[in-house]
Amino acid sequence: MESVESFRLRARAWLAENMPRQAGDEPPPLAEDDEPEWQRARELQQMLYAGGFAGICFPQEYGGLGLTLAHQQAFTEESDGYEMPLLLNTPTFSICAATLLDTGSEEQKRDRIGGAIRGEEILCQFLSEPSGGSDLAGLITRADRDGDNWILNGAKTWSTSAYAADWGLCLARTNWDVSKHRGLTMFLVPTKAPGVTMNRIRMVNGVREFCEEFFDDVVLPASAVVGEVDDGWTVASRQLFHERTAVGGGSPYVSGRGHPRTLPKVTPLDVVRASGRAGDPRVRELVGEYLALHRVHGQTVDRVTRAIGSGALSPAAASMLRLLHAEAGQLSDDVAFKVAGAGVATGAGAEQGMGGRAGVGYLMRQSGSLGGGSTEMSRNLISERLLGMPREAAPDRDVPFKQVKRGR
Amino acid sequence: MELELSSDQKLFQTSARGLLDKEYSLDRIRDMRDGEPRWNREWWGKGAELGWAAALVPEELGGGSVSGAGVRDLVLLAEELGAGVAPGPLLPVNVVVAGLVEAHGTGPDHTAEIEALVAGESVASWAVYEPGQEWSPLAPRVTATPAGDGFVLDGVKDRVQDAGQADLLLVTAATPEGVAQFLVPTSAGGVTVSPQWSLDLSRSFGEVRFDGVQVGAGTLVGAPGELQVLERQFQIAVLIQCAEVCAVLDRAFALTLQWTFDRYSFGRPLASYQALKHRIADMRTWLEACHATTQAAAAAVQDRTPNAAELISVAKSYVGDRSLVILQDCVQLHGGIGVTWEHDLHLFLRRATLDQALYGTPQDHRLRLADLASL
Repeated sequence: MESVESFRLRARAWLAENMPRQAGDEPPPLAEDDEPEWQRARELQQMLYAGGFAGICFPQEYGGLGLTLAHQQAFTEESDGYEMPLLLNTPTFSICAATLLDTGSEEQKRDRIGGAIRGEEILCQFLSEPSGGSDLAGLITRADRDGDNWILNGAKTWSTSAYAADWGLCLARTNWDVSKHRGLTMFLVPTKAPGVTMNRIRMVNGVREFCEEFFDDVVLPASAVVGEVDDGWTVASRQLFHERTAVGGGSPYVSGRGHPRTLPKVTPLDVVRASGRAGDPRVRELVGEYLALHRVHGQTVDRVTRAIGSGALSPAAASMLRLLHAEAGQLSDDVAFKVAGAGVATGAGAEQGMGGRAGVGYLMRQSGSLGGGSTEMSRNLISERLLGMPREAAPDRDVPFKQVKRGR
Repeated sequence: MELELSSDQKLFQTSARGLLDKEYSLDRIRDMRDGEPRWNREWWGKGAELGWAAALVPEELGGGSVSGAGVRDLVLLAEELGAGVAPGPLLPVNVVVAGLVEAHGTGPDHTAEIEALVAGESVASWAVYEPGQEWSPLAPRVTATPAGDGFVLDGVKDRVQDAGQADLLLVTAATPEGVAQFLVPTSAGGVTVSPQWSLDLSRSFGEVRFDGVQVGAGTLVGAPGELQVLERQFQIAVLIQCAEVCAVLDRAFALTLQWTFDRYSFGRPLASYQALKHRIADMRTWLEACHATTQAAAAAVQDRTPNAAELISVAKSYVGDRSLVILQDCVQLHGGIGVTWEHDLHLFLRRATLDQALYGTPQDHRLRLADLASL
């Protein structure tokens, strides 16, 4: 295997020769139509593939390079300052391709992972449903056998960037006579298949990265099944694992760093500087509180990650980081909001300004304790799995799913 | 708590805990009364034999630490003693020692005093607070006026820990050349110590008056205006506070978690109520964060990293604030028993409240963080 240093030098030379330089640090303004950015990501990925620098940690037989995390990190470091297909990192590579690598058929790995690495295809996840967020295994989208095919019916939601994707990993119920985790199957669904209807969800701050989908008699071949029939929970568990890893910043399958096209978050420091209130002791104390928690969050991530790695804490301890992540984010929103004063509501000019951005950020405050699993679920996990407190009553446990009560 | 300890460090821990439990159980502490000494010199001498005042002192000055990382060992010790809300001058002695070691070689020689402190033969305390003033070490009103080849000290210090039992005071005072520190014997003429009320049953404080106290030039520690010595003392003080509060929280949390398993209402344990489980989950998370920030600050002070001052204030701001939120909720989950004299919780709450209040409140440290961020 090529040494990391040799790979790094080769990457450095190739990047300088072939990849376009990044225009600037400023993220582009939020556009209603971001299709050009997705097209650009595909082009950039195709350039990486042509140059032999795509899919660094994926096996060679599926189009990757079969190298190590250290190689990937070296490439990522070298890629600073270049335009990179960051939009494809999550969920395409870090979650979907990673899950297919663990659980997919040879054909799925070759075609879907290969397609993504070549810059031809984008992947997404169809997991959450409108009928319930936290109780993933209680989903009711169904797939019924029809000869050799499956017929998919139901609805999904909160699918990140599904509008730009070609394929989605869709968890559906295939057996209603067994308990909830045992009757699920994972399918690879073409997002443009007949019977798939997709809408983009507009968030309070104007962001439209999430989608909802409706499936009406979508026909899927037997080869669409990922893993085993009725064993979809195993696949979904890998998916959730890869999602946590990706969110925690530890995925070997992402290339390049920085956040693509996200609405830049307003920090309290931005607001202080823009408001000219740095001399106000009330403001200084609030900002000090924010600075402290911001640091403590990072320190705790380090400590808990090490402790889980060494076995000193069980993996359930990761839920504490999820809680703290929400707390730190919300304190940041709150401090920015307070520092901005009346500016959160209206401003001197026609533009939103920093105060307005703090106000809009505040409207999205709770997303920090909702996205990626609500903090209520985290608190259950900490108390039950980490501290051994009694589990919540679950009338759906070990009961055939068709007998489980559902809302309307 | 550090994630991994060597066998020497574990021995250092257990020997400290043994010496504490033998002499000062929680029941003994609960019975301590105003006006009586909270600890005796013989006991402190035994602690000194175990290295309680030696961790920050290099071997050539008679010190040494079990792991070679003295600050981290001191944190370990503060946790062990803190878990038992120990009496004794761990904080004041080590803070003074930190200042003397930091200034060593830059001013009058204090080797003999350092050695006596390490050996437990002498006890010292930092006289830095002044009546009516919040934390403001750089603006002392006590004055040290040059006179002859020495100085004359005038003014009042208060909240001086263990002032009544101290042999030496490290006095922060204003001189014409800037803020300076003097190592003054409590037996010097013109020094009057009077006891002060303390919320913490096992801690005692005193007010110290300096009326024309004449001291020689040799009492000076370092040189006037050497603010990094003060900063070092301050960092060690805050670190000891945060470490003992972490230990107090561990203990109170364990007690409370066990209580939720043992206590039944309506035919089921408190631990089965989701409303309470969620609060326990929050507490457990904050507890971990308190340890994380304390350990990060300890590492920074140990290695003297450029951000040590910042990380110390991060830790005090967070631990000082969260510890009280956690402890008050521990009281709440215990019900009425939690606010009785016979229960141990108030001993923990007293220590955490005291540590929150002294050497800068969380609010003071937040302002300092804003300063350090050049806001």
